[in-house]
Amino acid sequence: MSLINWIDDRFPLTKVWNEHLAQYYAPKNFNFWYYFGGLAVVVLVLQIVTGIILTMHYKPDADLAFASVEYIMRDVPAGWFVRYLHGVGASMFFLVVYLHMFRGLMYGSYRNPRELIWILGMVIYVALMAEAFFGYLLPWGNMSYWGAQVIISLFGAIPVIGEPLAEWIRGDFVVSDATLNRFFAFHVILLPLLLALLVYLHIVALHKVGSNNPDGIDIKKNKDKDGIPVDGIPFHPYYTVKDTFGIAVFMTIFLGIVFFVPELGGWFLEKDNFAPADILQTPPDIVPLWYLTPYYSILRAVTFEWLPGGAKVWGVIAMGAAIVMFFFLPWLDRAKVRSIRYRGWMYKTALTIFAVTFVMLGYLGTKNPGHIDLFLFENVIWAQIGMLLYFAFFLLMPIYTTLDRTKPEPDRVG
Amino acid sequence: MKSVIKKLLPLVFLFSSPATMAAGSGGEHLDSAYINLADKASLRRGAHTFVNYCLSCHEASFMRYDRMARDLDIDLTDLRENMMFASGRPGDLMKVNMSAEDAKSWLGVTPPDLSLTARSRGPDWIYTYMRGFYRDSGTATGWNNTLFPNVAMPHILYEWQGLRSANFEVSSNGAKSLAGFDQMSPGSMNAEEYDGAMRDLTNFMVYLAEPAKLVRYKIGVWVMVFMLIFIGLAYALKKEYWRDVH
Repeated sequence: MSLINWIDDRFPLTKVWNEHLAQYYAPKNFNFWYYFGGLAVVVLVLQIVTGIILTMHYKPDADLAFASVEYIMRDVPAGWFVRYLHGVGASMFFLVVYLHMFRGLMYGSYRNPRELIWILGMVIYVALMAEAFFGYLLPWGNMSYWGAQVIISLFGAIPVIGEPLAEWIRGDFVVSDATLNRFFAFHVILLPLLLALLVYLHIVALHKVGSNNPDGIDIKKNKDKDGIPVDGIPFHPYYTVKDTFGIAVFMTIFLGIVFFVPELGGWFLEKDNFAPADILQTPPDIVPLWYLTPYYSILRAVTFEWLPGGAKVWGVIAMGAAIVMFFFLPWLDRAKVRSIRYRGWMYKTALTIFAVTFVMLGYLGTKNPGHIDLFLFENVIWAQIGMLLYFAFFLLMPIYTTLDRTKPEPDRVG
Repeated sequence: MKSVIKKLLPLVFLFSSPATMAAGSGGEHLDSAYINLADKASLRRGAHTFVNYCLSCHEASFMRYDRMARDLDIDLTDLRENMMFASGRPGDLMKVNMSAEDAKSWLGVTPPDLSLTARSRGPDWIYTYMRGFYRDSGTATGWNNTLFPNVAMPHILYEWQGLRSANFEVSSNGAKSLAGFDQMSPGSMNAEEYDGAMRDLTNFMVYLAEPAKLVRYKIGVWVMVFMLIFIGLAYALKKEYWRDVH
């Protein structure tokens, strides 16, 4: 093909195609858990495309925002479909990312030499939380408004500079038109650009060292005479067709939610957000959406007023620390093997408890701390137990991964 | 496949737990409205009630008259003659010819926009509220409501339901609960007819809150059929390509 040759003389098109798709050798034993990285890219593209369409009709103005969303829902052709795709997409993004991260925890994907992939991934996760938080204000519903009010006020807990900082973020003494405008700018320009860049870096770093796999062993140790890993298969066409199947299943679930239960009983779209923002009417329970509630639970679990500076600032610190913990995972884990398949009972138990704790904290974050929604104790007591287990998983990891009796790894993937 | 299902179980748990997290106001008993959006006649009856009574004070400022007429098979003459009192053209939004300031001085509060009430409060709330009015000499309007105590709104449909008083019983711990209503004078409808009219009104307000709901399910079924075929084809393609991987 002369056109391809013409381009190849000026841009490494064939080289890039081969290095990242046609001759990128991925382990042949990827299982169910390896769909979610690709799915995260699919959702990112979907969010960008639907976001652009929404931006054409949405008005970032405190007097017009709420009505413009209803205009999209009613008067823009298929506007309701685009809006539900974007709203449900936000929740699906987190669902996919949480499963992707859990995959990393199970198979030790963060271990040497993939520490930087993990750290870049964690930066993506934090950027995604910021993106979701900024986006949540834009419909200018009452929960949007009060959610932003509460989260921004957390900065006010920082000693000395807290209040001026919170005011600087809002651009006003309360959440207002100025806040809405800057959040719109962050949501549609700053964070999408940042996310696109970070995802690019995440994938470049991955392709430098190659993918991990459920056995956690290095496929590059066994190469044939041409230097190709014997347990590797070209990403294209093998994983492109496999991921197409995964995308089909995922999109069926996604579209099922969009068409039949877009609010998902209040988990994806909250009731209170169908009332416009009202500074005089605080919703009875101010809660973020489900994907942020594990951290919200930890924030509210710190009720120890005897701490110097008061409980609130320590709650903020605990919440921040809960996220920061993940960054240190590659150095906290001392096991000889990567994959859970060859680890002993200690890590298996710890990871199971951690997963259950994370879901429990998420659930409690949507509930009133003073009520009893689990059993025996008030929610706040369970949240405190959860917080303890959450931090124990990370802080005790050097100890239990050293003591744990691991099994020998096989030479070849199964 | 089985192991996949086992792995996904915790997620099912996460999403199936009752989402009372965003309930409007806590704890009160609500009667089920049992609405049926497929019942166009019910939606039209509800629409007539809504524009004749509710729309005198409340707005539905996100909804257009002609959209309603098209969706509910109401012909334009019927729309112009029997349903449009406040404004002129069928393409107009359902606004009220009363400024928010005037409303506040005449009624004490600005009546809330009703476009999205069925989504923010829920259909059962509307149905219970509209059937909860009773005479109360202690309030400014002479009316009170069991679901929304001391609400500023009087009973607009009392000619239909008649006058009622409410009986409350106080339990040993001091909690007040509704024991029942006494009919003081009859209205033009009996209890069953009034409940039916309120069910129609609630049905209409659910439509009003999300007009797309009428088409959303229908399109959704075809999307699901398409996606299931696509899954089948994608799976066959994957299997074919992976035949030589051992």
